[in-house]
Amino acid sequence: MKVPLSAIVGLFFTGIYFFIAIFAPWIAPYGLTESVGDVWEPMSREHWLGTDNIGRDLLSRMIYGGRTTIWIATAATVLSFTLGSILGFFAAVIGGWADQTISRFVDLIMSMPSLIFALVVLSVMPVTMFVLILLMGLLDSTRVFRLSRAVALDVNVMDYVEAAKLRGEGRAWIIFREILPNALSPLVAEMGLRFIFMVLFVSTLSFLGLGVQPPVADWGGIARENGQGIVYAVPAALMPAIAIATLAISVNLVADWVLNRTTSLKGGRG
Amino acid sequence: MHPIFKLVVQRVALSLFLLLAASVMIFIGTQILPGDVAQSVLGQSATPETLANLRKELGLYDPPVTRYFNWLFAALQGDLGTALTNGRDIGESLGKRLNNTLFLAFWAAIVAVPLAIFLGLVAVRYQNRWPDKLISGVTLTSISIPEFLIGYVVMYFVAVRLGWFSSVAMINDSMTFGMKLNAIALPVFVLTLVVLAHMMRMTRAAILNVMQSAYIETAELKGLSMFTIIRKHAFPNAIAPIVNVVMINLAYLVVGVVVVEVVFVYPGMGQYLVDHVAKRDVPVVQAGGLIFAAVYIGRNLVADLVSILSNPRLRHPK
Repeated sequence: MKVPLSAIVGLFFTGIYFFIAIFAPWIAPYGLTESVGDVWEPMSREHWLGTDNIGRDLLSRMIYGGRTTIWIATAATVLSFTLGSILGFFAAVIGGWADQTISRFVDLIMSMPSLIFALVVLSVMPVTMFVLILLMGLLDSTRVFRLSRAVALDVNVMDYVEAAKLRGEGRAWIIFREILPNALSPLVAEMGLRFIFMVLFVSTLSFLGLGVQPPVADWGGIARENGQGIVYAVPAALMPAIAIATLAISVNLVADWVLNRTTSLKGGRG
Repeated sequence: MHPIFKLVVQRVALSLFLLLAASVMIFIGTQILPGDVAQSVLGQSATPETLANLRKELGLYDPPVTRYFNWLFAALQGDLGTALTNGRDIGESLGKRLNNTLFLAFWAAIVAVPLAIFLGLVAVRYQNRWPDKLISGVTLTSISIPEFLIGYVVMYFVAVRLGWFSSVAMINDSMTFGMKLNAIALPVFVLTLVVLAHMMRMTRAAILNVMQSAYIETAELKGLSMFTIIRKHAFPNAIAPIVNVVMINLAYLVVGVVVVEVVFVYPGMGQYLVDHVAKRDVPVVQAGGLIFAAVYIGRNLVADLVSILSNPRLRHPK
């Protein structure tokens, strides 16, 4: 199997980000809330990226911030995939009123922009990491539901599924042993895109001050805290932009490769 | 009755229903908290008397269904209630800000739509060559960065380093039209970048889809030049999908505008909404959420109507 260069680059950088996220406390040169210098010091040998708006080491903040952002995004992606794909497969296999009910409900939720919906809910819920993950995961599971339902509908009419049904297998068997393995590849590719979307979503919420709360660092929050510095030509708030863009592009490259591989396997259509 | 008329009526009815359902969801969304609104507005230190007063003022002692219909009917008559934080009339504050937001979104759309279609055509014309790859690369990057960070990048390089425009976009009534345009130049630029990327990618996909049909191959075999094919054969058939793409992508403006307004301190709807979410001012959030949902649903409705009306198979049924 030949892995294209773009996928290797993508895998490499995605791997680095996850490595940093997992081992943040051992990698970061300074503590998360440790004040080590002046306000907005420029880049130097002691502080590779300079210091932030209250004199904390920016590199350490970025490393810890990446950990928070990636952790929340991963958890929300797992939640949205578990819920969305099980409901999607369930709706496709059972059909009838169950399918109709779930599908119309999903249409309803998708008729509102998810950011606006999130803002409405966050105006009354306490903003904790648990609420954020739950909210983002639930809102995004609607998109996963649509995809997995469409894929499962395709697989559901295959001969081997028909054979399994005639054999008298139960619904759980049909879903987990027949449909799931055959629907996995497009779902995995989609997982990459959803993960990026989650990273962007949680960063946006934190930037608006409605996501991760200080003193915990996350990339959106770092941009918010250092936003004032832009006017004084301090580029601290741009660091999250670089981090998010490189992470998103790396994951995109991997997802593209997975998708292309599966489409060529099936001879055209994913 | 003409079948297309029936389709249109059905689609409008569906939108009205969706709007009603969205209002229910917004209402439920603000009721699911543990504790209640009065508690979260006043905080833990509130005395029982002030809590009881506020609950009474907000009608929290009524059953939820009654409260919902009271709120809905008042909103339908244009009474959006008063803000908890400053006691001002919400409709009045919203009206002016809604104008500002529409002003911003309008100019972003004016710039982004023609540019996206043009770039989409260029990308198809030079498919898999450097202009296509360059455009794809740039759009992929701008999709991968959240709106607010694009805002900061633009602000840093254009406003601060080059000093071309002001880094905040304050506008007020005393400004002339030209001054207003100058003030919103940067937010419009950022919004354009955000919308452009999505719109251009989808335009490119829509045209490529048309380019794979049999009549295009025929035209190619006739020996027509690439540009004539695109102009005379591909483009007329791609209009309906492109219009659809444009309308769908204008929906990104709804979300993008919220964030970009906060970045550039622009006095619009988005900033108003975000401010009051942080202050837990529930009536304002309900009103703002309802307006955003209405705009979003309305835009989807227009997109569907355009694609119904521009489809000759639906206009001239057998």
